[in-house]
Amino acid sequence: MKHLALARVTLAAVALALGATAAAIHSDSASAQVDAAQFATARQTALYGDLIGELRCLVCANQSLADSDSDLAKDLRGKVREMVAQGRRRGEIIDYMVARYGEYVLYRPRLTPATAFLWLAPFILLPLGLGVIWRIATRKPRRQPAPYSAKQVQQARALIEDDSE
Amino acid sequence: MKRLRFIAPLLGFAVLLGFLGVGLTLDSRELPSPFIDKPAPTFSLPRLRSPEQNFSSSQMAGRVWLLNVWASWCAACRTEHPLLNRIAQLGSVPIVGLNYKDDADDADAWLQKFGNPYSHIPFDPNGEVGLEYGVYGVPETYLIDENGLIRFKQTGPITPEILQQRLLPLIAELRRGAT
Repeated sequence: MKHLALARVTLAAVALALGATAAAIHSDSASAQVDAAQFATARQTALYGDLIGELRCLVCANQSLADSDSDLAKDLRGKVREMVAQGRRRGEIIDYMVARYGEYVLYRPRLTPATAFLWLAPFILLPLGLGVIWRIATRKPRRQPAPYSAKQVQQARALIEDDSE
Repeated sequence: MKRLRFIAPLLGFAVLLGFLGVGLTLDSRELPSPFIDKPAPTFSLPRLRSPEQNFSSSQMAGRVWLLNVWASWCAACRTEHPLLNRIAQLGSVPIVGLNYKDDADDADAWLQKFGNPYSHIPFDPNGEVGLEYGVYGVPETYLIDENGLIRFKQTGPITPEILQQRLLPLIAELRRGAT
């Protein structure tokens, strides 16, 4: 029983931590708009902000187009801005970038045979881990050692009483 | 069942080791080019020394050619340049030198100093054509076949090893196919 409670607490803590991390990552990309670009509609502005947070700057150490101040990132932001202003759809712009710079520009890789394991692993590993935790938590306690015989108890009592005199 | 409990973590560890081992042998900065065996983007740009004349990539149709993206501000281009001069001397393929985000006078002076291996020099001061070719680290070199397909791409300077072991054999092979 004690085991089970412990497992529950651990699980809750892990879930909380995961949630907090996800929220932190999300708010990070949402605030990543270095240059305020002017667009006709609010939707285009949102799409632009979303795309530059989502596309990787190829020459920087793990920065998105929004985060980087490199020449290449500026050029690519300019291209994204131009295409958004032309009213191109999100998918078109992503395709344009992938055709030129490869899948590597995407921070969120597409689901292809090569990336299938990457995407599916959490759904396989999480139940597997939960199963292991469940098995450990519900495992029957080990057999207790045989209780002391009445004679042994009497001996012990005698010893204590001897001592207290 | 009991034995499995000891073997399973060991197997998992072995698989992990395998992945890490392979990872060690990969160069994480070498990105696969999405362009291999795809048509090279067509373009038309003014020439560096005579802006009133355009260079169009369609001029190269039916030929095996190299597209080298370079700039006078690019230090690695200087390292690579002697090799380009050598390719030009061999004369097996024309080299088109896309002058990328450069100043025309600087580019001219640079060629005077280090030699000019290029048959044509399209001038791309704003990097528009560079963007079409997915340029992200100058110098970059594309080998384009007689059907206009990109068959090889080098990001960063060509090294003597790459020239001898990959580029020249591939050029020879493509030229045999073309004639």
